[in-house]
Formats: sequence, C-alpha cells, structure tokens
Amino acid sequence: MIPASFDYVRPGSLAEACQELAADEDAKVIAGGQSLLPLLRLRLAYPTKLVDVARLPELAGVHDRGDHVFIGAMTTHDEVMRSGVVAAGAPLLALATAMVADPAVRHRGTFGGSLAHADPAGDLPAVVLALEGVLVARSAQGEREIPAADFFVDYLESSLRQGEVLVGVKIPKLGDGWGFHYEKFHRTAQAWAIVGVAAAVRRSNGSIQEARIGLTNMGTTPVRARAAETALEGLELGDGLRQACEEAAADTSPPADLHAQPDYRRHLARVLTHRAVRTAAGAP
Amino acid sequence: MPRISVKVDGIAYEEDVEPRLLLVHLLRERLGKTGTPAGCDTSNCGACTVMLDGKTVKSCSVLAVQADGSDIVTIEGLAANGSLHPMQRAFHEEHALQCGFCTPGMVMAAIDLVRDTPDPSEEAIREGLEGNLCRCTGYCNIVRAVKRGAQEMGQAVKSS
Repeated sequence: MIPASFDYVRPGSLAEACQELAADEDAKVIAGGQSLLPLLRLRLAYPTKLVDVARLPELAGVHDRGDHVFIGAMTTHDEVMRSGVVAAGAPLLALATAMVADPAVRHRGTFGGSLAHADPAGDLPAVVLALEGVLVARSAQGEREIPAADFFVDYLESSLRQGEVLVGVKIPKLGDGWGFHYEKFHRTAQAWAIVGVAAAVRRSNGSIQEARIGLTNMGTTPVRARAAETALEGLELGDGLRQACEEAAADTSPPADLHAQPDYRRHLARVLTHRAVRTAAGAP
Repeated sequence: MPRISVKVDGIAYEEDVEPRLLLVHLLRERLGKTGTPAGCDTSNCGACTVMLDGKTVKSCSVLAVQADGSDIVTIEGLAANGSLHPMQRAFHEEHALQCGFCTPGMVMAAIDLVRDTPDPSEEAIREGLEGNLCRCTGYCNIVRAVKRGAQEMGQAVKSS
C-alpha cells in the first residue's frame, strides 16, 4: 500500500510552517506520522502537501512553568514517559502515555500530533480533557489559547484553523490530595482502547471533594463524564462509589464497530470508571 | 524530488526520493536491504522494525524524507566481523522462530528493550515486544531468547 503523491516541505521556522499551511487548504501537518501515515497508505486522506514540523525547535521540550507543565507539541510519547517534569507535574499523563500503542510507535508519535489528530479512540485527548489542559496554537495572526473542552470538535476534527499549528499544551498542576488513574480496555496489547477512562480525584477526610473524568472512545470526541463527576462530589469512600459511577455513560453516544456495540461500551464506561475512580481515590 | 542523506548499517547514501516513498521501501528496493521485511503495512506487526538514530521505529510508518540525516541500523547491520550479535545468536540457540518473518523486527525490538532494561523480567520482555507480532511460536521461545540475549549482551559489555 503506497500513499497517493504529495509534495513535502520541511520549513526551517514555525512562521514559515504557518505560511505554508495558510497558502494551501489541502496541505497537512506531519509530525511523527504514526496516525497520518496509515491514513495515507489506506488512501483515506489525500493532502496535496505535507508540512513537516517535527524538527521545529519552537515545538520541542517539556518545561516546568510553576502552576503548569508546558509540553511542546513535538515531544514524543517516549519523551513524555521519561520526563521527570511530567512525572512530577502531570502523573496521569505519564501513566496514560505509557499505554499508548507500543515502544516503536511511541518513539515517533508525538503528544501534539495525537491531540491534533483528534481521534476519540486515542488515549491522550481524554486525559488532556480531564486535566483541563489548554492548547496553544500559533498562526501568522498570532497565538491563541484553546481550552481542551473547546478543542475537540468532531471525529478527527479539532478547532485548529487553516494556517494554525499546535505549539504545545499547558497542563495545570493539581495540588496535594489529588489521585489519578487511567483504565484502558482493549483486546490486544497494542490496540486502541475500546473504552478508556481517565480519572483525577481530590480526596479529603475520607470523602471525594472533586472528580474529573475523561472518556476515551465514547463518542465522536473525547467527553467528560459530568453526571458521574457530580454524583461523586462529596461522596464518602465506600459502597456508594459504584452507584455514582453508574452515571458514567450518561449523555454519551458511543460508536458501534467490530469491537463493540454502544450498549457494551456504556457498560464498559461504568465499570472502568468505577475502577479508575477507586484507584485514583486510593479506596479499597 | 527531494534529496536525502542517510547512513544505513554504517554506509552513507544520497538518494533522490519521491516524498511518498516509505523508509521500508527505500531500504529494500533502493539499497537492497531485504533483511527488513514489509509485513502488515499498517504499523501493526513490527516485522519492519529498524533503529533510527538508536531508537526502534516501524519503517513502514516512516517516510524516507523524514529519515533525512539519520543513522539507520537494520538487522543486516548487527553482526560484527562475521559473528552474530548476541541477541541474534540467542534467537538461534533458543529456537525463537519458526517461519522467521517476524524475527528481524523482534531482534531489533529486543535489543532496544535490553539497552533500556539490561535484565528484563518476563513481564518487561512481553511488554517491550508488544509492538511485534509472531504468528508461529506462541512467544515462549522468544521470551527465553530475549532473556539469554540480555545476559550475553551484559557480559559483552563487561568484557569489553
């Protein structure tokens, strides 16, 4: 399987990359290519031009910025997993990233690429949504900050505009008392999540003060399990946890595919949310 | 057509490539490195795994132009002075293959794993090789081979 022909440019600067993308609406950014190349090979995408941003220094690096961690869009999954700054400031992200695909894919695939690809079956969109990350995009018109809740628009569609490049993501640090977990259900080791649940839970005096839950593959975008979050608020750790997590699939429209029907995905969302919240809260 | 420079198994090449040319096809069809097979074509099976600047990649999911300036090592570049790499030898000794199609990728992934985790547990080996599929062996002999290869790689480091 060979992709259809396209032009290829490797701009020397971010400004130049923005220009290339602004000038051609059928041009597409390539980062690590781990999602895009299979699409090209299966001829599901026909860009006229690939703009390679993988080596742009403006998009590299992980930085501790006090109240948040800034992760350059071209940071590979492997680099995210190994980053001490991420481990300290955004441990849920480190945990979930280690579950993305397999080592060889993680060497090439990038954090920003997997968010811009906006696949609701990808692990990281739901994690960034749960952590209330802010995505930073740059174009010739300047820089724009997009909260994760506004970034994922539809299946494989983000709110990035023509001529915009995702520069990086701000992940707010959550303070003391927060626990985290990512539960991923898949049939084979390197496969996509049939359903995944990212949970961040703040606990105090034996009860849950606040819960943030992001769901993977439960709709055309990653979604928050708002009803479950509300049901968990103020709840004492104990028997009520499972019942609160029964709300996890409320207001979701999960897809049907070879792996699962929507009702089975709803079931998984409830079970996995319970597991994720229980682990995140450190409950028995 | 873009011109790229790559080093493959220690030899420098300059090639004019169509942007859509995949690294696996550059290796096999232009440079004759047929030791790297193209398997599933969709970054699933890992048979085409090579080292790009010291890290494993699936060469069916990298464009040759993306590899411009890189140092690539394939299964053909592992043996030194006519003797197999310890991991290749371990796969041979432990009979970690039947048809052999996945073996080049398995060996590359195993070496990458051991560089990171010099004495991997069985669980670490199975996780480290999760991107490589074998449809013959059931993996038992592969796990044994990686353990043995890891030990021999460790000894090779100590004695050098």
